[in-house]
Amino acid sequence: MATQTLDAHRPSVSYLDAAKGWKNWAYTLDHKRIGVMYLIAVSLALLVGGIFAMLIRIELFTPGKTIMTAETYNKVFTLHGIIMVFLFIIPSIPAALGNFFLPIMIGAKDVAFPRLNIASYYLWITGAIFTLAAILINGIDTGWTFYTPYSVQTHTSVIWMGLGIFVLGFSSIFTGLNFLVTMHKLRMPGLGWFDMPLFLWAIYGTALIQVLATPVIGITLLLLIAERVMHIGIFDPALGGDPVLFQHFFWFYSHPAVYIMILPGMGIISEVITTFARRHVFGYRFIAFSSIAIAVLGFLVWGHHMFVSGQSEVATMVFSFLTFFVAIPSAIKVFNWTTTMYKGQIALDTPMLYALSFLFLFSIGGLTGIFLGALSVDVHLTDTYFVVAHFHYVMMGGTVMAFLAGLHYWWPKMTGRMYNEKLGRIGAVMVFVGFNVTFLTQFVLGSQGMPRRYYDYLPKYEKLHQMSSFGAWLLGSAFLLMTIYFVQSLRSGAKAPDNPWGSLGFEWRTPSPPPVENYDTPPDISIGPYDYGKVYGKPAQADAKA
Amino acid sequence: MSEITAESGGLKKEFEHHVGHHFADAENEFTANKLGFWLFLATEILLFGGLFVAYVVFRSTYPMTFHEAHEHLSKPMGAINTIVLICSSFTMAMAVRAAQTNQQKRIVPLLAITLACAFMFLVIKFFEYKAKIEHGYLPGYWYTPHLATDPPNGNIFFGLYFVMTGLHGLHVLGGIGAITWIMVKAKKRQFSSEWYTPVELVGMYWHLVDLIWIYLFPLFYLIG
Repeated sequence: MATQTLDAHRPSVSYLDAAKGWKNWAYTLDHKRIGVMYLIAVSLALLVGGIFAMLIRIELFTPGKTIMTAETYNKVFTLHGIIMVFLFIIPSIPAALGNFFLPIMIGAKDVAFPRLNIASYYLWITGAIFTLAAILINGIDTGWTFYTPYSVQTHTSVIWMGLGIFVLGFSSIFTGLNFLVTMHKLRMPGLGWFDMPLFLWAIYGTALIQVLATPVIGITLLLLIAERVMHIGIFDPALGGDPVLFQHFFWFYSHPAVYIMILPGMGIISEVITTFARRHVFGYRFIAFSSIAIAVLGFLVWGHHMFVSGQSEVATMVFSFLTFFVAIPSAIKVFNWTTTMYKGQIALDTPMLYALSFLFLFSIGGLTGIFLGALSVDVHLTDTYFVVAHFHYVMMGGTVMAFLAGLHYWWPKMTGRMYNEKLGRIGAVMVFVGFNVTFLTQFVLGSQGMPRRYYDYLPKYEKLHQMSSFGAWLLGSAFLLMTIYFVQSLRSGAKAPDNPWGSLGFEWRTPSPPPVENYDTPPDISIGPYDYGKVYGKPAQADAKA
Repeated sequence: MSEITAESGGLKKEFEHHVGHHFADAENEFTANKLGFWLFLATEILLFGGLFVAYVVFRSTYPMTFHEAHEHLSKPMGAINTIVLICSSFTMAMAVRAAQTNQQKRIVPLLAITLACAFMFLVIKFFEYKAKIEHGYLPGYWYTPHLATDPPNGNIFFGLYFVMTGLHGLHVLGGIGAITWIMVKAKKRQFSSEWYTPVELVGMYWHLVDLIWIYLFPLFYLIG
């Protein structure tokens, strides 16, 4: 390629300036543009899911009917769950931020299969269209878990939704497959597995689950559709089938999927905490291997969603026992991040505020998970708001905080613009306060016996429900504020330097925004992404102890 | 490298394969493609894995039903189809070998035999399905068996039979499409020992389709 050598000593063109016009974006094979398109798409999904969340909290402001009928309410909470899980959280970090940064972090020019990459984006769009069709045709009211026999009997659009999630599954599988091959085959010369940024270990664990678990939800939904269309009877006890089998199938995917959601978030936290504490990450290999351990253990605990579904007592005890094991790698991560900050020079910029929120909220989410993993406690708490609060602490307090940390951290790199730091910090505080007001109250509601998914409730729960709704609105306004300052940043934000945070991550050693093939000159990897001691000098005290 | 390809393969210039800009070299690209395809095959196994689990669950719940219902499947037809698919896998492997060793003239006829076997499999399957449907074994709303020997819950057996062999049949159809695609490319002499990735990958896919049938056959037709 003679033209490339000619271009080498000219200043490079950024990926944003390369080929303009919507067609060059729609047909692009550049992982960075695909990442940005994913970011826009999942943000829209977050907006729609968020609107449904606000509707839920308005309806629950008073007992009985507030603004909608019970049937509508069932559809609203179902759609909130489905959109947030399948359209937002699962693709959010890997497909948007991972797509953008994975090749840059390993010094590659692109992912291994760029065409497959854009194909998975359009599969996501197709899945979203099916979801929209389901909403417009009849809605769906099964809850995001589609439990049989109700999902076979309801007159809402289960088939459209099932097909939509089937297609979204392909999108997820192809992204994971692409990332695995990219990490195996396209690391720059000299970059060993243990020289990689920890974000990539997390993405690796995630991709493993995406590839190995997602096909099972695919076949589950196909069977559900076959059951609805033809009435085969596999899940119908009247025809000799077994409805609990559906739950096994569903959770065999959907529990590991929880780790598809949280693992990439944990990866971001490793990057953000080291950058803003100016410290080498504590226990690199422990954090790396704990990602893989979580991915593996995640496959062995699905039965803890079914403690009261009628599975055998032996299975219940084994699943409970295995569930406690997941706490070990998760705790290793939390301890190591905390230790990383010890004697660090901590800068409380917006990404770090979100990372710290993550540490608090994820710890609460994780610890309440142990309550629910314990059999006797679970029998009391199952299907109450305690469960709702628990998974929102993990999913929103965990993944969404990490997503926001990553979004603020990498925003200057992706867009080439800075955002208003002051508004960023105000937003982070609003999110933290709003989140806790919303969901801490739900732990109390749940422990007092408020069942999940109910449209109506006893008057004694009213105060707490109203508090939760106020929190949700604060949370909603924080997202509104974010939208405002991000748009403002795009329109008139200050030009971002190549490395505004003084990070040692490889992605900060290329211009902001990066050139088309990611680097003008390959980064010098003799200084690793966490060698803050080498570059900034070690704090004296910590040195003596180490 | 381009010179070698032109000499050894006798390729027309316009069909010469270019290594993707993000790969280090052809070897890197080839192994990456293969790794990606192995992962894809893993997802296929898990897709069918769910169905095999359902099979295990219901066979252990209704062992007698499975035993009695399986008598209604035609063992000879299943056996012939097994042989047909194994033959097709053999010719597929020969075609990959021919591409590897640059014997371009042999690729197309070998693929043609593979394709013929795939069609034959589907034709035999069609007649099997037809007989089952005539006896009222199509599951779901259409399940109306009228033989005295029909066991209770036979619908579960035939439901699984149709779903599993049906999904497998769809994979055979997909394979037919893929084999036709590489046949067209092979006819244009686009493959050589330098570059034959599509042949290799379609070969891997076809062996998996064969392998799944090798499990389906005894599980449905040969219940002891």
